[in-house]
This record gives sequence, C-alpha cells and structure tokens, in this order.
Amino acid sequence: MLADRLLWLIPAFPFAAFLVNGLLGRRLTRNAAHWPALAAVGLSFASALLVLRHAVEHTSWQATLFTWITAGTLDVPLKLSADPLTAVMLVVVTGVSFLVHLYSVGYMHGDGGYPRFFAYLSLFTFSMLMLVLAGNFLLLYVFWEAVGLCSYLLIGFWFHKKSAADAGKKAFLVNRVGDFGFALGILLLIASTGSVDYQRVFAMVPQLPPATVTLICLLLFVGAAGKSAQLPLHVWLPDAMEGPTPVSALIHAATMVTAGVYMVARCNALFSASPTAMQVVAVVGTATAVMAAAIALTQTDLKRIMAYSTVSQLGFMFLGLGVGAWVGAIFHLFTHAFFKALLFLGSGSVMHAVGGDVDITRQGRLARHIPWTTTTFVVGSLALAGIFPFAGFFSKELILGAAFAGHHYVLFGFGVLAAGGTAFYVFRAVFSVFFGTREADALHPAPAAEAHGGHDDAGHGGSGHGHGAGGVHESPWVMLAPLVILAVMSLVAGWPLEHGFAEFLGRVLPSGEHGGEVPGALLAEALAIVMALAGLAFAWATYQKGAIDPDRIAGSWPRLYALSKNKFYVDELYDAVIVRPLLALARGALRFDLGAIDGLVNGVAAAARGWGAALARLQSGRVRDYLSWMALGLAVVLGVLIWR
Amino acid sequence: MAPVSWYLALGAVLFAIGLAGVLVRRNVVVMLMSVELMVNAVNLNLVAFSNLHAHYTGLVIALFVIGVEAAELGVALAIILAWHRHAGRLDADGATLLKG
Repeated sequence: MLADRLLWLIPAFPFAAFLVNGLLGRRLTRNAAHWPALAAVGLSFASALLVLRHAVEHTSWQATLFTWITAGTLDVPLKLSADPLTAVMLVVVTGVSFLVHLYSVGYMHGDGGYPRFFAYLSLFTFSMLMLVLAGNFLLLYVFWEAVGLCSYLLIGFWFHKKSAADAGKKAFLVNRVGDFGFALGILLLIASTGSVDYQRVFAMVPQLPPATVTLICLLLFVGAAGKSAQLPLHVWLPDAMEGPTPVSALIHAATMVTAGVYMVARCNALFSASPTAMQVVAVVGTATAVMAAAIALTQTDLKRIMAYSTVSQLGFMFLGLGVGAWVGAIFHLFTHAFFKALLFLGSGSVMHAVGGDVDITRQGRLARHIPWTTTTFVVGSLALAGIFPFAGFFSKELILGAAFAGHHYVLFGFGVLAAGGTAFYVFRAVFSVFFGTREADALHPAPAAEAHGGHDDAGHGGSGHGHGAGGVHESPWVMLAPLVILAVMSLVAGWPLEHGFAEFLGRVLPSGEHGGEVPGALLAEALAIVMALAGLAFAWATYQKGAIDPDRIAGSWPRLYALSKNKFYVDELYDAVIVRPLLALARGALRFDLGAIDGLVNGVAAAARGWGAALARLQSGRVRDYLSWMALGLAVVLGVLIWR
Repeated sequence: MAPVSWYLALGAVLFAIGLAGVLVRRNVVVMLMSVELMVNAVNLNLVAFSNLHAHYTGLVIALFVIGVEAAELGVALAIILAWHRHAGRLDADGATLLKG
C-alpha cells in the first residue's frame, strides 16, 4: 500500500543522502554536497505532505518492516506508525530541515567540512524522522540516541576549536543523564506491561498500579528533560551554540529539542493517568520558562539569548503538557519551530553580515544595511513575543489559557511573567542590534581587525568576504529565501488553529480537563498579551528611546542582576558538586592505578630483576669457581649418602 | 694380594689430590694434569673391583676410559694452545668472558 511505503520513504531519502555525502563526500560531491541533501529533504517534505493529507482522511496507520527482536514474550518489530501527531511533526521536521539545508548552502559556503556538514545534517534529519515515526518505545529510544549523536557531531563540527569540542561533549554527557532515566522508564514499561508497542502499552495503562505509572512517567520525563533542556538538565543547550548557526536553528531550536515534548505528548495516555507526573511536568516547565527568560534578560551574545529563549519556550510547552493542554503544547511546538528557526537563521545572517559573533552591546543601527534580515527578524521576534496576529500569540494563549482554566493560577502567573520577560529580552536584542542609539562597531573602519578576529566563529573563515567599514552586507538569496519563507510562516502558522488544526490533533490528543469556558479566562488571556506589550514597550523605552538607563536598573538590584548574568550559577554549581568531585575521584583512581596496580606489576618485574642480578654473580666466568661448586655439590651428595 | 680397601684408599687419596690440584692451581696445564690424576684414580677403582669380582667388565671400562682420555687430552691441549695464543697466558682465572 502506498501510504505504508510512504512512511519508509520519508526517512529513506535523507539516509541515502547521508550515505552519498558521508562515503563519497570527499571525492565526489565536495562543494556540490548540498544537491543530494537538498533533493532528499525536498522529497521527504513532499512525502510528509502526502502523509499529512492521508492522515486527515485515515487518522492513523502502521507499517511493519520485519521483526527486530524476539525474546521470550517480548516482540519488537521494526514498525513505523503515523497519526496526526506524527504527521504534524513530519511536516515541521522536513519543512524546517529543508529551509535550513537551503540556508546552509550560503552560510557554510567555502567551509572545509562542507560535505561532512551535509552528511551530518542528513543523518540528523533521518534520525529525527525515524524518532517521530517510531511505532514502539525501543525504536524511539534508538533514534532518541541517534539524534543525540548527531547533535554531538554537529555542535562539535568545528572540532579544532576547543570550546566547540567541549560543548559537544557537554551536550552528550548531560543528555546521557536524561537518557539513563529514559532507558530505566522503558525497562520499567517492559517489566510491567511486557510490551514496548505504543498501542499495547497505552491500552494496558488502566490495569497498572498508579504508583508504577507515576514512576514510569517521571523516568520518561527525565529523558524528556535531558533532550528538551529542562531544569536541571538545561545547561547543555546554551553551550550548544558553539555549533554552526544552521545547526542551532534546526536541531537546537526547531526539532531535536522538541523531541521531549513530542514524547510526552505521545505518551499522553500514560501521563494523563498520573496527576503527580503531570504536576511535575507543569512545575518543571514553568520553572524552566521563568528561569531561562530571566537569564536571557541580561545575556549579551545574540545566539545565547536565543538559546535561553528556546529553553524558556520549551518550558512553556511542558507547562502546556502538564496542565493538559496537549494540543496547545504541540501547537506551540509547531509555531515555535518556525519563528525560532527564523530567529536563529536571522542571527546567523547578522553574524554573516558583521563577520563574527554578535555581542548586542557592540551592535546597532544595522537595519538600513541589512533590511531583509531586519524585517524577517522583527517578524520572528513579534511571533516569539506573542503579539497578535503572529503565530506565537495563538499557541502561547492556548497554553496560558489552559493553565488558567485548569485553576493552576500560580503556574499561570509565572507563565505570564515569563511571557513578559520574553517580549522584553527579544526586543532588547532587536533594538540593540538593528536600531538603537549607537552605531555598530562593524560600521566603523577602526575596529576592522577586531571584526576579523571573531570571523572564523561564523564558520566561513577564509572565504574572502570583505568585512571592513562598508563590509556590512546583506546575505545571499539562498540565505534570505529561507528567512522570508519562515517569516511568512511565523505570521500565518497560528491561523490554522481554529480551522481544523486543533480538531485534527484532537483525534489523538485528549482535549484536556477544561471543557467549558471559565469565568475570567478572557481577562487572563488579555493579561498575557498586555504583559507582552509591556515588555516590548519597556525594551523600546530602554534601548530605542534611551529614556531608561539599563545600567541604573542593574545597579539597583546588583544581586539579582549578577544572578541572571551568571545564569543562576548552575554551571558553577555542577562544577563544584559533580565535575570537581568526579575529577578528584578520577585523579585518586589514577594514583591508585599508578601506585597499587602498576606497582604490583612493576614490583614483580623488579623482584625478578633483583634476583637475577644477585644470582648472576654466581656466574663468575672462572672455571675454578664452577669446579668448587661442583666439588661442594659432590661433597653434599656423598655426605647424604654416607650419613643417611 | 692386598685387600681391596687398600686400592680404594689409594684411589680416594689420588682423587682428592687431583681435585685439590684442579681447585687450587691456576695454570691450565697443571689443572689438566690434576684432572688426569682424578680420572686415573677412578680407573684404579674400576680395575680393583674388576679384580675383586673376577669380572672383566671393569677392566674393559678402564681401557675405554684410557682411550677416551687420550682423545679428550688431544682436544683439551688444542683448546689450551688456542687460549694461550689468544690471551698470551695460561692462567685459568683470566678466562672470564662468559661472566654473568
């Protein structure tokens, strides 16, 4: 059947592209490496649209390739399944992936690892598609790890840079913590239900003891928290910005980091059965949303602001999941994928323009030099801030409205606070970089050398762009086209909500506990948008008009400012509590290894050598000595014979 | 005819003198001579027992020993000659090339 084959084709295209670029990249494709990758993702996108159309009519279907593992009663087939949730994820993944591939053609142009980059990107796309298509938990887990591997490879893409290599390692290690919990959760699932198949597991949920369900949910959520950078495992995502910017846009904003959200939504039958787990998800999500937004307020690196923004928005999604706004969370995932990918690609375009990392305090008034980037970036920012009628408005309102309607007033309050912070920090960046009161350093001839200093960070080092005073230039069309498409999507992605989108997702996701209208809900939603507008206005007054001095505000609350500026000292805490003790333990083990283990081995050798040296003296080389020994031996033998 | 113990005593004395000569003297020629003394002490024993038991085996072995001894002496003297040409002396303690 065509629909079945379609499911296999979607991941097969990028995998084929990965093989082509991975095996032949150095010799064959080289600077044309983008063609197989682009074609593959394009075909996947077309297939994903077909799957979406099929899903609208048939809701869900499966395609089994073969039996993968049979062990006792456990039977794990290599099975793909599709339903509305999968279809939406497929369209998001392939769509954003295609645009990011296109953008990378311009951004990565001239990089030494050009075919390698596209090979990794294709491998990631394949893994992510398999992750959302997987029909059972074990397959999900395999590709859960695979996207983690791709993330590691792509963060450390410029592996010769120590910070990038370290960031890759950190991402991998922090994810390991989460994945460990995830693996335990799956094992517990197998132990208690005897199956890993989605349908069978979810059908068995009512028969399981509530404590088991809660434990399974919490363990699965540990995995989700690791992958989706929720407290306290969020530390890897900001560092992941060491990777090339298209990677940040695709993996660390639009797709991979939302795998946790997808997984929790996929397991809605499990989570719905455990109010405790739901509460944990909601609280962790809200805490992450608020804290990440608070950190983003004071960061100065454009990509880092976006990274914390991603963490914060993922927190929003988990808040939505936790309060039972399943559709809202997935819808926010959907809209967020577009506007956050747009913001990252826009940041990359700014980096391309000024030739290096973007410190927002050293930028300004770039708008008239890079009008396309500016326009699209502002659109993305409006969507992120949740201003009507941009996409973020609809999804955020859906989540906050559900939190309010579910009587989670505290969570709602913090959510609104985070929404206000979001609007402030993103427009702080917008005004500082594109408008504002000062001109960017890159616009002046003097610090040209400095501008070049950070150039290789942008990943196209040595490509010979002129980045002098007049060197601030708009990106080529391959980079601008994705920006424009994503900007359009950021504007319109919120509109299908009322036109079938919610109903479509509602076929597989429960609609939540809030059936009817709750008094004051409209007021609550209005409050959220007022907060967003207030944040925007505050940013405008501070960074555009200069009416408010940000340094004075920072000076009034030095403790709070330091807390935000230093990212709540989480990295320092982990360094002190985990990294240093581990290193001390490792050093102790090294000493033990060198002293005791090696000492034992070396001691045996030294003893043998010592005995040898002592006995060697017997071999004097003098015949008479040997004869004396012989005579002595003879005397002893005779003595024994005689006196016995 | 003297009792066999006399022959044995003479053999033991000759053997001890030969052994002492080998151990004490450093001149290789003298050492070789001492070795001959020890060998002949053994020969004396063989002949004495052969006589005691009225059996020729011991006698025959003694004859064989004398024959082999002659060959051995040829080899030993050749080695001593070579050693003397190489080192210019006959001191056995000087030959320590195989010292451990």
